[in-house]
Amino acid sequence: MSQSLRPYLDCVRSSLTAAISLQNFPSQVVERHNRPEVEANSTPEVILNPLHISRNEHEKVLIEPSINSVRVSIKIKQADEIEHLLVHKFTRFLTGRAEAFMILRRKPVKGYDISFLITNFHTEQMLKHKLVDFIIQFMEEVDKEISEMKLFLNARARFVAEAFLTNV
Amino acid sequence: MSHSSQSLGHVPIEDHSFSADRGTLALARDIGVELYDTSGPKYTLRTSLAGHDKTVTAVDIALQSGRIVTCSQDRNALVWEPAADGTYKPTLVLLRINRAATFARWSPDEKKFAVGSGARAIAVCYFEEENDWWVSRHIKKPLRSTVLSVEWHPNSVLLAAGSTDSHARVFSAFVKDVDARPAPTVWGERVPFQTLCGDFVSPAGGWVHDAAFSPSGNALAFVSHDSSVTVVYPSGPEQPPAAIVNITTTMLPFISLVWLSENEIVAAGHDCHPVVFVGSDQQGWQLDHSVDDPLKVKKSSGKESSALNMFRQMDLKGTPTSASEDSTLPTIHQNTITKLRAYASSGGRVTKVSSTGVDGRVVIFSV
Repeated sequence: MSQSLRPYLDCVRSSLTAAISLQNFPSQVVERHNRPEVEANSTPEVILNPLHISRNEHEKVLIEPSINSVRVSIKIKQADEIEHLLVHKFTRFLTGRAEAFMILRRKPVKGYDISFLITNFHTEQMLKHKLVDFIIQFMEEVDKEISEMKLFLNARARFVAEAFLTNV
Repeated sequence: MSHSSQSLGHVPIEDHSFSADRGTLALARDIGVELYDTSGPKYTLRTSLAGHDKTVTAVDIALQSGRIVTCSQDRNALVWEPAADGTYKPTLVLLRINRAATFARWSPDEKKFAVGSGARAIAVCYFEEENDWWVSRHIKKPLRSTVLSVEWHPNSVLLAAGSTDSHARVFSAFVKDVDARPAPTVWGERVPFQTLCGDFVSPAGGWVHDAAFSPSGNALAFVSHDSSVTVVYPSGPEQPPAAIVNITTTMLPFISLVWLSENEIVAAGHDCHPVVFVGSDQQGWQLDHSVDDPLKVKKSSGKESSALNMFRQMDLKGTPTSASEDSTLPTIHQNTITKLRAYASSGGRVTKVSSTGVDGRVVIFSV
């Protein structure tokens, strides 16, 4: 792990642990409703200040906490066109299966590649520290995954080009 | 120092209440209220009270009469009257609120109860003999947001309320035909209904999760979402308080607190273990020690993992560490503690507190 990645992930981990202090909170706008306040955005006093954590201009995390939900948005590193394409395909693959993923949001927040929405019902079913571990692990793995895919893609392109040119 | 723990399934427990003889435990979980028989070594389910159709948010057993009040996010509160054959008869309370009811507590004299709600109001309910039902009067001003907790003063007239507008307030809930004129307290001398006797915020702000009067009723403590506990000592009616002590911690926010004596408070919340604060208005307050301290828990003896063990774990789970090792917390509670209550006391000091959590556990801590 590179020198600057460790403090970045540590910072995200401690901020997330504090932000996932959630409780059941019924809507005070619509009767008999119970909805994630950070998404409903109708009760300003139960939404806390959003928090940006960025490693550089390409990699950043946005944590938007509220009383019963927290929205975590991640911008994945994209150095060039190929990575941009790969990230797009990769997140599309994941968000297409958002129902099975529980905490994944179908649509990322503007300016970010992938968003998670964790509500108090998730923290009731799942272990809080494991949820944090999952997001940190996701951030660690996704860069590795993308660069692996890029290498694989380049190798494949080279092979295809070679095969194509030798046949001529 | 021993703590007894009962694991009662995985459904989160919003609130709990023991009967006066500690033989019955009422749990508010999901849309029902479960009554447990606590006489044996393992708590057994005696009956469940079904009457709400949304999450039950609070339950409270009146110590003398045995009546149970429950309230729910379906905007209703029910009073369950015990019958001779062990069944309970529910009576709907005319709350007149149009949002979720979030918290309910009997007054110490059991003639009234207060229900906090998301309708920015507290309903103070009392029994009206001529109509034979529970009616309510509302405290509205100056509540600006959902009331998260209500707690009674020992004189059954004053009421402390914490809410998401980050204020902890003390109101008068004096109902003319029900209460006798109360003796003057430091909070006020003449207190008609809805008098605001105190209004406090913690320096950093944050939703007030719980507020409670000290055993004498002459001090108020509240926990807020900025991970702090604030203790207020009023000096007299209409005067600024004699002392406001704010204790900040580096822990996660507290959800609930209980006064052990005039000089001790126990609080618990998102950090899954209770901590004890000690102090007074002269000396100030500080964090004294934590009960069930996760730092003092010994790691399991098989910590030195052999190479064989590591490869076996890699084979089974794909990770070198075993799953059970880091999926459990070192504390007894495995998730947020939702409510602390005094369980036993001796010589004027609370010696045991009961707690319930999102993990479905009931723990009795010796403090």
